[in-house]
Amino acid sequence: MAKIIGCITTTHVPSIGGAIAKKLQNDPYWSPFFDGFKPVHAWLKKVKPDVAVVIYNDHGLNFFLDKLPTFAVGAASEYRHADEGWGIPVVAPFRGDLDLSWHLINTLVDKEFDITTCQEMLVDHAFTIPMSLLWPGGESPPVRAVPICINTVQFPIPSARRSYKLGEAIGSAIESWDSDAKVLVMGTGGLSHQLDGERAGFINKEFDLKFMDSLIKQPDWATQYSSTELVELVGSQGVELLMWLAARAALPGPVHKVHSNYHIPISNTASGLMLIETVH
Amino acid sequence: MKVNQLNHPIPGTTIFDGVQARKGYALNKMCFSFNSAENREEFKRDEDAYCKKYGLNAQQHDAIRNRNVLQLIAAGGNIYYLAKFGGIFGLDVQDVGAQQTGMSKEAFKAKLAAAGR
Repeated sequence: MAKIIGCITTTHVPSIGGAIAKKLQNDPYWSPFFDGFKPVHAWLKKVKPDVAVVIYNDHGLNFFLDKLPTFAVGAASEYRHADEGWGIPVVAPFRGDLDLSWHLINTLVDKEFDITTCQEMLVDHAFTIPMSLLWPGGESPPVRAVPICINTVQFPIPSARRSYKLGEAIGSAIESWDSDAKVLVMGTGGLSHQLDGERAGFINKEFDLKFMDSLIKQPDWATQYSSTELVELVGSQGVELLMWLAARAALPGPVHKVHSNYHIPISNTASGLMLIETVH
Repeated sequence: MKVNQLNHPIPGTTIFDGVQARKGYALNKMCFSFNSAENREEFKRDEDAYCKKYGLNAQQHDAIRNRNVLQLIAAGGNIYYLAKFGGIFGLDVQDVGAQQTGMSKEAFKAKLAAAGR
């Protein structure tokens, strides 16, 4: 059976794509952020995952309000990025894993998650930037990928509790996949930030740090909050922490924190990074 | 059923729920179209014609003319689609944040940096 080796959760701010394209990794503004990924690179070189299940949120590239799934699972052999309207460079396509996609789809529906399946799916910066951060250098990452998208565009968004349960179901699905693959789960987005309204620029360092800590000590801690409570605590777009929750919930059994980084600000966002491995 | 589970509104924050999604559909659909460079060019060539093509109401059309983000949100705009409108003018999220908070971009960036201390 497939083995889950751990999860990596990271911010996916679009301007990171611009900084990568302009090679600003060592610039004083950017280095506290990019330097945080060095231990992640070393770990990835050591463990060499075969597949990444990437839990992210689309921002209006693949999905519009005409048809907006709460949970969507990619089932394509290839995922393409495209023009998002505001100028970050379009990156090379990503390889899919159809066997794992359909195993996830079949298992999730069996577990009463009525997901949307997507045999064609554009992936936006929330998918592409974390891939570039984990495997820098501009070449296609050495993993096959399955994107899983959670709606955070339009309320009602799935609750923290529901997203956590989705993560648990994703984890048990991966573990029942008849394959010898090593699987990495990724959760992208957050942490606290708000782009819209007079409250734009809202950041909550205290909550973010507590949340990151909770993922080790008590991973379902944030499920006590309703979606609107989360908006109040972490900002309108900070609710992307749902991706972190789902990714963490996918890990079976005991875990070990390998690395974390937290830095304010990247663009309008409190940036966060965690690498948590499973202890087998 | 109420979408806001709180007993109070969140200051300076509009939850993009069904009420906003209904109100803003035409505006958001137009902004979604700006994923395409061809559409961005068409908008720039004749802005009013492009707004009419997407059936914007007067409030939405005015907010587009005014390049005013708070007015666009009040007219039902969702920030993810509005960001694509801002992209036409090379505006980033700090420009947008500064405009909405009535600050200079430098002051807005300083406020963000201060949140880290």
